Amino acid sequence: MPEEKAKEPVLEVQNVSIAFDDNRVLDDVSFTLYNGETCVLLGPAGGGKSVLLKIINGLIPPDSGSIRVFGQEITTMKQQELFQMRRRVGMVFQESALFDSMNVEDNVAYRLNEEGVDPAEAHKRVEESLEFVELSQAISKFPSELSGGMRRRVSIARALITKPDLILYDSPTGGLDPITSTTIVELILKQRDESHTASLMITHRLQDAFFLATHHWDSATKSAQLIPDGGVDKNTKFLVLNEGRVVFDGSTLELTHSEDPWLQNFLS
Amino acid sequence: MKFVSPTEFAKDKLWSVQEYSLLCGRSIASLFSRPVYFSDIFTQMDSIGIGSLPIVILSGFFTGCVLALQSVSSLKEFGAVSMTGTLVSLSMVKELGPVLTGLMVSGRNASGMASELGSMKVTEQLDAMRALGVDPIRKLVAPRVSATVFMLFWLTVISDAVGMLGGGLVGVFMLGLNAHSYWRTSYRALNYGDVVQGMTKPVFFGFIIATVGCYFGVSTKGGTQGVGKATTQAVVVSSVMIIVMDFLISRLTIGIFGR
Repeated sequence: MPEEKAKEPVLEVQNVSIAFDDNRVLDDVSFTLYNGETCVLLGPAGGGKSVLLKIINGLIPPDSGSIRVFGQEITTMKQQELFQMRRRVGMVFQESALFDSMNVEDNVAYRLNEEGVDPAEAHKRVEESLEFVELSQAISKFPSELSGGMRRRVSIARALITKPDLILYDSPTGGLDPITSTTIVELILKQRDESHTASLMITHRLQDAFFLATHHWDSATKSAQLIPDGGVDKNTKFLVLNEGRVVFDGSTLELTHSEDPWLQNFLS
Repeated sequence: MKFVSPTEFAKDKLWSVQEYSLLCGRSIASLFSRPVYFSDIFTQMDSIGIGSLPIVILSGFFTGCVLALQSVSSLKEFGAVSMTGTLVSLSMVKELGPVLTGLMVSGRNASGMASELGSMKVTEQLDAMRALGVDPIRKLVAPRVSATVFMLFWLTVISDAVGMLGGGLVGVFMLGLNAHSYWRTSYRALNYGDVVQGMTKPVFFGFIIATVGCYFGVSTKGGTQGVGKATTQAVVVSSVMIIVMDFLISRLTIGIFGR
């Protein structure tokens, strides 16, 4: 990837704050995500991580601050412009948020169907997307017939089908058992290393975060492999939120070598 | 029980009115700009219109029956039993047909809309829809509004017809009225203003049912308990609004047509 392209900011969050009633959920949050980067958003539960993700996708307006997605200010956008912007963003929700009255194929093809893509072409792309998440056999099932991990994978397939330029993962491993969680993180890793799409992933599981930072996808063996010599992925960075404030924004090594007592306690 | 300050209470209610008005405005505007989801409109027409047909027919028919049965004793005192048809047709077309149909459809569909959209809200399906670039007002609310307005009009026509039929059957077979006389007086009792009044009401009632049901659905908070609360509120508020709107339309049309 050319260096100048990698340095293009996909997302710029500046001084964003929001409060619900008297509870200040986000307080002056600022960070930038560049093209090709994966940012892992860490922090204790209730720290405003999911709210931040919804603000970035224009689902909740912030009280103050600026958010530029693909260079466009979204806080002043009209609803219709926001819908256009969101077509370039894939989002995986915490509880999958699949449409329960539709089968897997219709869920995954939802955006394609809305865009009027030819049904045969849509079916082909659904199959490709489900193959990516290794769930081809579930194409005609309904969400109620799927396990939590399968639902999460369908949600990832739905977010990726249009090859978005920014992917937002809201706790993709939340509520899953460790084995299923690893499967989901491997999918995210595969997506990161195959498409190099900018992504923001919320997690409260440190092992998932460090798995992403210390592994790469080996397309030859089709599995996640540890980066040799204790190396870390250069394009994976960390953002840590606590009580609505950014307490850390930097690389994996900076995070592990931080001398901030709160961070050390959080990571231990 | 938690007490709320009057200022907070007033602010909360004003906020709700503002949000409801915005939802109404956006759902109407959605019907005049692309994309319009015609397939969803037809699906809702089937669900709301055809699905409500049995309860509308039954309630309309038996209302007509009981109207004839109850009114004949009073009319007998004035020697005006032959006016039974007039009373039944005027009552059904101007008041009972639209109001009862509105209340029946409200009970069935406002609750259905609130619970369906409320469930989607609490499971983040509405957010997912927006994240996928689709406006839930355009996709979910506008089809329900247009389908309810259109179908409630025809359901009211059917209710009026079966109500008059019910009244006629009771009049002929139980009260010994002449069938020809009943239908002639029923028909001749209605004038242009009565029909306009009776046919205007379901348009407004349909709009109230769909917008109130959808509003409480999309503003649901607090999980499954919130869905239950939204469903109850949708039925109560839409029913009360139907009765209030009935009075306003009646007053307006009486002012225009003189009866």
